[in-house]
Amino acid sequence: MIRLEKRPQPSTVFAYATPVLAVLATFFFGGVLFALLGKDPVQSIVTIFWEPLFGEFAFFYRPQLLVKGAPLVLIAIGLSLGFKAGIWNIGAEGQYIMGALFGAGVGLAFYPAESALIFPAMILAGAFGGWVWAIIPALLKVRFGTNEILVSLMLVYVAEQFLASMSLGLLKNPEGFGFPGSRNLQQYASAHNAEIFAGSGMHWGVVAAMIAVIFAYVLLARHKLGFAIRVTGEAPRAARFSGVNPSRLILFCLGMSGLLAGLAGLFEVSGPAGQVSIDFNVGYGFTAIIVAFLGRLHPIGIVLAGLLMALTYIGGDIAQSQLGLPAAAIQVFQGMLLFFLLALDLLTNYRLRFGQAEVA
Amino acid sequence: MDLSVINPILLIAALMSAATPILLAATGELVVERAGVLNLGVEGMMIVGAICGFAIAVESGSPLFGFFAAAVGGALLSLLFAFLTQVTLANQVASGLALTLFGLGLSALIGQSYVGIKPPRLPDLNFGLLGDVPIIGPVLFSHNLILYFGLALVAAVWAMLKYTRVGLVLRAVGENHDAAHALGYKVVRIRTLAIMFGGACAGMGGAYISLIRVPQWTEGMTAGVGWIALALVVFASWKPWRVLLGAYLFGGITQLQLNLQGAGVAIPVEYLAMSPYVITIVVLVILSADKSAAPGSLGRTFHASN
Repeated sequence: MIRLEKRPQPSTVFAYATPVLAVLATFFFGGVLFALLGKDPVQSIVTIFWEPLFGEFAFFYRPQLLVKGAPLVLIAIGLSLGFKAGIWNIGAEGQYIMGALFGAGVGLAFYPAESALIFPAMILAGAFGGWVWAIIPALLKVRFGTNEILVSLMLVYVAEQFLASMSLGLLKNPEGFGFPGSRNLQQYASAHNAEIFAGSGMHWGVVAAMIAVIFAYVLLARHKLGFAIRVTGEAPRAARFSGVNPSRLILFCLGMSGLLAGLAGLFEVSGPAGQVSIDFNVGYGFTAIIVAFLGRLHPIGIVLAGLLMALTYIGGDIAQSQLGLPAAAIQVFQGMLLFFLLALDLLTNYRLRFGQAEVA
Repeated sequence: MDLSVINPILLIAALMSAATPILLAATGELVVERAGVLNLGVEGMMIVGAICGFAIAVESGSPLFGFFAAAVGGALLSLLFAFLTQVTLANQVASGLALTLFGLGLSALIGQSYVGIKPPRLPDLNFGLLGDVPIIGPVLFSHNLILYFGLALVAAVWAMLKYTRVGLVLRAVGENHDAAHALGYKVVRIRTLAIMFGGACAGMGGAYISLIRVPQWTEGMTAGVGWIALALVVFASWKPWRVLLGAYLFGGITQLQLNLQGAGVAIPVEYLAMSPYVITIVVLVILSADKSAAPGSLGRTFHASN
């Protein structure tokens, strides 16, 4: 019989090893899944993970890695701050939508004026939109003790309806021949989040993600607030005795994650997506939860995890067109990854002992 | 706008139907939470139940067999959660989220070949003369078997928790798992069974949406009902009859906004569609002041060595 023994200190070796093991386990069981779907497992895995990086058309796919990775990293960095402190914002998808709506709304309000100030104003509006949407659960939690998980999630559905309303109503392109969706911001120079170097995939969202990573790293490693976040997560009582203000922490963590998710939405709508439309959001807000955990809530880890997830999106698209692998299979694949990660995390905190019958 | 097209009797009858998926899922989650486990994967188990029930009902031609399959599907998926939280001692919040993300993907994968198909219809029960009684007939005696099953389930869970030894042990495990363990109860085993019960209920709730409410299969069709069910358990202060009350309240709102959409009210459709979610938040705020009813060990990981 296998018995678990709690380690006095979490194992550093396994803290680094579990994400790698989880990825390997997902490769294996993902391969089994693909085989069950009647696809060659090895070819599927190669298509998803090798083709975009080193395949024939890698020059086309590599920039996509930044385009898809930036929003994931940006959102996951924000989420990780809260998750570390036991504050669960799972409504990033809604904050992402609101950021996009606020930002695009400001940009479209100025149409067709051209000014260098429009894009910065949109960035502010996008950040504000995401922040507002996240500060609602934060305030409700601080003031009334309402569960932030449920409120932030409910607000996703509200935001989705709001998005539908906006793309069919207020923000609809007046010259769009009645089709839903706003004007294309890519064709509006002042509001376009263009690539900084053409063909590199590097737009302002990538820059923002890099800044967020550095900011989060410094915050967690060097700043008192980061220390408060870590203590609250690991020992809430000790945190309270040492003078951490839980309300301030909730407002900061939720507000900051909303702000970053809002930015991700703004950079997406003004760049790669181009317009506000009913199906604008594609689940980055939820995938970012996986990214945050896979990156072990550490800024550098999140960058790596974000790139890996971006790879599954891109590779998944290729596998869909070349092998006919269903898009949902990639979603299952991503979910599997989170499962293995959570399960294998046991090895970080516990030691497996063999022998002696179970007591529980 | 013409509000007279809304028939109050039909509205109440439809409300009971609209409430059933939430009722089933929330009753299951109530048992899980009374055992001290917070399973945030209700949405995932519902959607997997929705497609399992739909697929089996279509293949076998029997809606009741579909509901059975949905319960099995939900329970099997919940076993993953049980494994993560009870065996590998993973964080319950994260595991529940994982279950939902995985369930949404899995259901979409299974459901690919079932888009656009109509499932076999589950007939309403025939109560003979009772069904012809004005007002009471259409409201109480015009429903299908699963709806009555939902009501019976609430009563059964209530009686089980209040009057039986099983209920007492379950509550003991939920209130203080260390004490229950010291008394010799198998905490992990009891919790695993509770989680599976919750999964089966959520699965049936999902199948009620895909087989009766809608009735067809579309990706992500549960659209947050699982999360509303979670909110409902808090709303109900972990008490079965209050779950019923809450489910009818939400069912009523859902049905009313659908009827208002149909009646062509001046409010845009999107804002009406938002209302169940907004009202869930409002209700959570009003009721969140009182947390005393929450099971003592809710959401805490149990390991015998601690």
